[in-house]
Formats: sequence, C-alpha cells, structure tokens
Amino acid sequence: MMNQRRTLLKGTLAAGAAGIAASVGLLTPKAVLAAWPKAAFESKSVDAALSAALGSSSTSESGKIKLKAPDIAENGAVVPITVTSGISGTESISVLVAKNNQPLAANFKLGGDTEGYVSTRIKMGKTSDVVAVVKAGGKLFSTKKQVKVTIGGCGG
Amino acid sequence: MAKSIKIRAKVKKGVATVKCLINHPMETGLRKDKKTGKKIPAKFIQEVNAEHNGKNVMTAQWSGAISKNPFVAFKFKGANSGDTIKISWVDNKGDSDSAEAKIK
Repeated sequence: MMNQRRTLLKGTLAAGAAGIAASVGLLTPKAVLAAWPKAAFESKSVDAALSAALGSSSTSESGKIKLKAPDIAENGAVVPITVTSGISGTESISVLVAKNNQPLAANFKLGGDTEGYVSTRIKMGKTSDVVAVVKAGGKLFSTKKQVKVTIGGCGG
Repeated sequence: MAKSIKIRAKVKKGVATVKCLINHPMETGLRKDKKTGKKIPAKFIQEVNAEHNGKNVMTAQWSGAISKNPFVAFKFKGANSGDTIKISWVDNKGDSDSAEAKIK
C-alpha cells in the first residue's frame, strides 16, 4: 500500500512541477491508446481474445515455437515466461493465460528485423495453460504449457 | 515519473539483445484494498514501444496480467555497438515515460 501511495505522490509532484509537460503527457496518450485493442484484452475466453486481437481464433500447433515457463510457479504474481519462435516471418507473439479472467496478457508486435523472441513476467490467477500464439504469414501457430500455481497473483 | 526504465542492450554477431525493466505498479483493477474493502483502481502499462535508431523494432500491448515492475526482453538483427535504443511506455491513466540507452 505504501508503495502505491509513494508512486502516486511522486506522480502528482512531477505533474505540479511541470504543469505544461503534464498536460501534454495527459493529452498525447489518448491518440496512442486508440490503437490498444480494448475488446481483445477484455475478452473472457481465449478464442474471443484471439479473434479480436489477431482476426482469427483457428491456430495450429507448432513444434517450432518454444515456450519456456516453470512447471510450478510458487508465486502466481510473477511467472517468468520466454517465447522463442523458429517460424520465419514471425509478425507477432501473443501470450494468453487460459484461466485468467481476461486471458490475453500481452501482444508483442515485432518489426521486420526483430527475432522471434520475447521474455517477460506474467500474473496467473490459478493453475492454467499458458498459450503462446505466433502470427506468421497471416497464419496463427500456437503452443501451450501448463503451469501450476500455488499462490494466485490476481485478486487480494 | 522520470527514470522508471532500466535498459541493458548488448550486441553479439549483429544480433542485439535488449533487456528492460520498468518501474510500475501494474494494478489490474481487480485487487481490493484490505483496509477499506474498496477496489484499487486499475493502473497498468498498455503499450511499450522500442525504437532502434529511430526505427520501431517492437511494440508490446499489455494488459494488467503483466507482473508488477515488468520485465521485457527481445532480440533484433542489424544492430551495431553504439546504436541508440529508445524505450517508451504509456499506461491506462495516461502516464508515460521514455528512456534511451546505447547498445554495448
């Protein structure tokens, strides 16, 4: 709790000190956020999220995608995952947690020279499959792995 | 909200590996304050952009399901030592920050 108050305080101070900068900071994101696929992130099922984010929910399993995640996550609030895609022309990598309230956790759009590799840390509410979906050449490929969670990371 | 981003970038055989840590609470909006029982409002990063010498190499769209103080790593080709990598983020409350680093 204290942590949050601190960040909030710092945020307000910074805003006060540079009023103009803050107002610019508050205005610009509106335009940026238009690109954020709200519907996809608010979808309640994996299929719906995929349709909204990538335009299709039909994926084919691929052995060329490697999903590195722990078998058992002691703390669901921090689950390290790494996705490596060996598929040429990988355009985007999406990470979904099947049993989270809102399954879509992240969507990485990769530039032309960017390799099919992303690593991040996600939250998981309970034991569930983690699904990595790679978009390449207009097709979707997926791979999944079950991660057991002993303490959930969502909710209080 | 300055200096919320830490970047480490290294190049090996033309492939750069960028590791980035961002200081952010990443509240989902589902958690409750134990004292008041009220929900803590959502505050999470929605978009992270990475630019290499001004060219976009990665855009990440995130939900609240990314851990607090998020970590992200990615690789891209065509990098040279001394190139600039710029990372910026925007959250759902409109806060944002950016940082630049040289690739080693």
